[in-house]
Formats: sequence, structure tokens, C-alpha cells
Amino acid sequence: MEKLFPKLQIINENGEWTDETYRGEITEELTKELYTKMLRSRLFDRKGVNLQRQGRIGTYVPFEGQEASQIGSALAMGEGDWMFPTYRDHAATMTFGHSLKTLFLYWKGRQEGCIPPEGKNIFPPAVPIASQLLHATGAAWAEKLKGTDRASIVYFGDGATSEGDFHEGLNFASVFNAPVVFFNQNNGFAISVPIEKQMKSKTIAQKAVAYEMEGVRLDGNDVFAVYFHTRTAVERARKGEGPTLIEAVTWRYGAHTTADDPSKYRNQDESATRRETTDPVLRLERFMKNENMWDEKWATELQESLTAEIEAAVKEMEETPAPHYNDVFDHVFAENPWPIESQKEAYAHSRGDR
Amino acid sequence: MTTAVDTKKLTMVQAVTDGMRVMMKEQENVIVLGEDVGQNGGVFRATDGLVAEFGDHRVIDTPLAESGIIGTSIGLAMNGFKPIAEMQFLGFIYPAFNQIMTHASRIRARTLGAFTVPMVIRAPFGAGVRAPEIHSDSVEALFTGMPGMKVVVPSNPYDAKGMLISAIEDPDPVLFLEPMRCYRSTKMDVPDGKYNVPLGKAARLQEGDDVTIFAYGAMIDVVTKAAKTAEEKGIKCDVIDLRTLYPLDKEMIAESVQKTGRAVIVHEAPGTGGLGETIMSLINDTSFLYMKAPVERVTGFDTPVPMFALEDHYLPSAERVVQAIEKVTQF
Repeated sequence: MEKLFPKLQIINENGEWTDETYRGEITEELTKELYTKMLRSRLFDRKGVNLQRQGRIGTYVPFEGQEASQIGSALAMGEGDWMFPTYRDHAATMTFGHSLKTLFLYWKGRQEGCIPPEGKNIFPPAVPIASQLLHATGAAWAEKLKGTDRASIVYFGDGATSEGDFHEGLNFASVFNAPVVFFNQNNGFAISVPIEKQMKSKTIAQKAVAYEMEGVRLDGNDVFAVYFHTRTAVERARKGEGPTLIEAVTWRYGAHTTADDPSKYRNQDESATRRETTDPVLRLERFMKNENMWDEKWATELQESLTAEIEAAVKEMEETPAPHYNDVFDHVFAENPWPIESQKEAYAHSRGDR
Repeated sequence: MTTAVDTKKLTMVQAVTDGMRVMMKEQENVIVLGEDVGQNGGVFRATDGLVAEFGDHRVIDTPLAESGIIGTSIGLAMNGFKPIAEMQFLGFIYPAFNQIMTHASRIRARTLGAFTVPMVIRAPFGAGVRAPEIHSDSVEALFTGMPGMKVVVPSNPYDAKGMLISAIEDPDPVLFLEPMRCYRSTKMDVPDGKYNVPLGKAARLQEGDDVTIFAYGAMIDVVTKAAKTAEEKGIKCDVIDLRTLYPLDKEMIAESVQKTGRAVIVHEAPGTGGLGETIMSLINDTSFLYMKAPVERVTGFDTPVPMFALEDHYLPSAERVVQAIEKVTQF
């Protein structure tokens, strides 16, 4: 199966070409855009972990190490498409249009963190596992019924492939030929459970075979491989050629969440080694150096401007006025039914507000 | 000026079909999906003829997967469609529970209204038709206790059509429960075309000053018989068909018990955690000092619905309801 589904790559960990098919399209402009977005998300992620440690936000879910998978795939989507993230996909959602402030608000426990910017079809993060594959299929199916060429992308991890909703999502999309890109980030662990205990299958991509759909396995730390192969999948979806299951093989360096201690279930030396070898950001830096695209001054200035942007977002998040408790009550239904209205009134009364 | 409204004699299941037909004609974005709903017209024929009339892009036979049906319906609903998702039986809804509980019912709240899920989940339910195991469950309380869901149960063909139309027009998810015992038990004049029976409103089926009886769905027939027997014994019952289980019609419930001072609540779902408890607390909240006797409940037991050789023991009977009526009047 690993032979049938080889791990597609465009540049290797040393930043050297392994597939030159897209060489003409890999311009300095695209490369710098990808590098900028990856660095932005990495700095955001580190800030998120720090803010949690300082008690300034709640539990945070880090994604460091998975930047190439999330950004390459999100950049392949177009205006009007739909995105269904999990709680670990803020690099994807910030690439697709979420503001950094909104993302920080989410981790500060604010409902506003679930609201996409006007005109951006970004669903709130799915917290149950794999349930979002069906929403992505339904939304894509709706686009097909409306006769548009819009598509959905849905993110999920290796553990999600064990859930029934993974299989139902793939099957429905296959049966109704829905324009969906099922984007799996295989980071090798579902919290603590390694993939060998999750499945006997050698790859996740091979699961596409059962649903008569395209399956693609790729190096999820090679942002070019992710971008171009996801773009192909989206183009296929737009043309009515059906869904694709993409397995992006990657790694999370850190914990499952800031409430998790990965040293309990794996040797973190491996993460340290990977930071030096297969890291997606470092790989792109090596590539840029090999291709004479790297400019030390540019890189320093970029780091400074991104840091300033993130600090500004933190400030905006912290300066956002506290929510009113009416938000608890007023959005469950279009109109409050009497039980909610009377609970709201009683609560206001208990606070001496009326 | 009066306009004559044409009517047809329909069973409840035919009225359900007619409700869907009316709304599918009116709104292009209303679609029907579920297991066997297309060519077969549904296992109860509730979608009979719809695929021929509206095409298989709007009346969709899905794979056999309840979570898949509800999960994709959520995606369709928040992207411009109004899905009517059929669960073949309420007892088969459990695989979809996660989708309803964690997504359908709370997407509006999570996103402060940025995303909404206007969908109807139709499900036949209840015992008394000699169905196989699991097919007879009456688990409405799993959903009345689920924030963000409306739950409705018609008991006759007229209400079934009018409430289904209201459910389809509702901007939020509605669980529309169809008592199997009522599907073909009676025919009734049902107006052609569109009309609404509002959600959230109970109906007084019979006026009386002595005892209020609250029931819904298939239990309406049972309590109507019991009320007749009681009347022969000189006890006049106010019979209330709740129709909507969430949100309950608080006004009618309070108004009736404040008049009678006595209440009997009847449902076939298990007593513990059932609607009866909610109604009792509502009576407590609104009408405590009016009550002349403790409220009585006649319900299914805290047991699985037994196989059908025993189901008549499980189901509330007119006799048990009469005993409860006598108990509250003799207190």
C-alpha cells in the first residue's frame, strides 16, 4: 500500500528539488508568501502557548510542526469555498481569512471566536471527532445542487479515521459526488495513541479506495507538495470529478493541548530531532537559500513585522469588552422561547439588574 | 367574503406527505432525504409520490447511515437548503445523536447566529403497532432536554400537516415526531394547500372543570376514551393535547389546572425523566396554590419497551388513566 500511495514530495528536507513538475509556478513571490504565512502561524502558535502559560487565555491547542499542511492546503482554496476546521487548524483558518484577534478570542473562551469574517465560509472548529466531515459533504453537496463550482475542504487527524462519521462522510461524498477535499493531517498520534494502535492500514490514503475516490499521500511538511496536490484535488472537485482524500504526513512537536504532557507517551527527543531535520519552515528557508531567494534583512524585518501584528492582535483580544450574559440566552433560537426568556429574566433579577 | 377551502379526507401519514408536497412546491430549497424515501416512498409511504413529482435531486435516497443523514443535512441547511431528514424510526436515531446534540442544536448559539440550521427531522415513534424490537421507542425526552431543539408531536391528520408546514418554516431545527399508531387510525378533513398550525401551542380537545388530562401523540386516543368513561361517572375532564413538547404551552397548562385544581399526565415514554416531570414542575411554578390534589402520572415504565407480546402491559391504557382520574378526584 505504501507503494501504491507513495508520499508525494516536491522539495526534500534539505530544500532540494525532488519533483520539478511545478518548477515554473514556484516563483519567489509564491515562495515568500508561503514562508510569510508559515512564520506568521508559527509565531502565533508560540504566542498562544505563552499566553496560556501566563493565564491570559484558556487551554490552547498548538499545531507547531503542521504549518505546511495547513497553509499549503488552505491557500489552494478559493473565494466562496467552505472550510471545516478542527480545533488544531488555526493556521488553516487564518490563511483562509480568520483574523488573529478572532482566533485568540476563541482560545479566551469567547463565542465571537466562532464567527467568520463577512463572506468567509469558515465553520467553527469541530470539537467532537470526525463529525465535521459530514458537514463539509453537506455544504459541498448544497453547492453542487445550486450549480456553483464551489468546494469544501475539511480537516481531521489520524485518530478521526476510526470514527464512523469519517466513513459516512467519505461514503456520502462518494455516492453524491460532492466537491469535497478531505484533508487528513496524519501527525502520528491521537493524543497519546500512536497510529500503529489506531489502524492496521499502512496508509490513510488507501482508505479512499473503498469509496472509489482519489487518494493522495504526501509529505505534509513540504508546503509545495501540499499546495499543488490540494489544488489539483480542488480543481477536480470543481469540475464535478468528485471528492479526494489527502493524507498529509506530518508531526506535532508539542502537546495535544496545553493540558497535555507528551513525555508521558512518547520520547520528545524525536520532536527535537525533527525540528532540525524535517521542519516545514526550516525546509523552506533552506530551499530559499538554495534558490537565492533568501535575504537575511527581509527575514529579520518579516519576523519583526509579524511579531508586531501578533502583539497587536493580543492587545485587541485583551481590550475586547467582556461579553454580556445575554449572549448565553439570546442565540439558542431565532426567538427566545419562554423557558429561556424566564431563565434570563430570573438571572438578571438575581444580579439586581432588573 | 368567505372563500371555500377544498378539503380531502386524509390519514395522518397522507397529511404528512401533503405537508411536504405543499412546501416543496412553494420553496425550491426544501428537500427530503433519508433511507428508502425515494423510489419506495418511505417504509410508511410518508414520501409516496414525491420523487416522481420533484425528482431525485430533491427526494434523495441516502446510504443507510443516520449520522450521515443528519450530518449532511446540517451542511445543507447552513448552506441554503431546508432539509427534511427522515429517520426511519425514532429508535434508529441514536447513531445521529452526536450530530444533533453537538451540532444541529447548538450551531446558532455557538456562532451567535452567524450559522443556523433550519431543518426538520421526521421520525415515526411509539409502541402499539406490533413492531419489532427497538422500533417502538418513545425517547422524546432525550430531545426536549436538548437545548436548541424544538420537539413537536401531532395527534391527528389536520395538525400533522399544519404543524409540519410550521416546522419547515421554522428557522431552527425541529424534531417532528409521528406517532405510528395514529398514521392510519383515522381519516380527517384536511384542507388543500398551505395552512399553519403554530408550534408552541397546545389544543384543548374537550372542556371540563374537574380534572385536566395532559397527553400527546398516540396517547390522545387513550385519554379521550378515559375521559368518556370518567364522564359517565360524573367527572368532567379538560383534555389538553400538548402538541409541542418544547417549548410547552405554559399558558394553557396553567390556565387549565388553575380551573380544575387536578391533573393527570399521560405519556408512553418512561416516567423518570419524562415530560410528566417537566409539566409537574411547571404546575408547581405557576399553580401550586390552586391544586386540590397531587398530580398523577400514567406513563411507560422505566424499562426498555418490551417485545410486542408484552407491549400492551407497557403502554398506558384507558383503564389506568381512569384510575388516575379517580385518584385525583377522590384525594
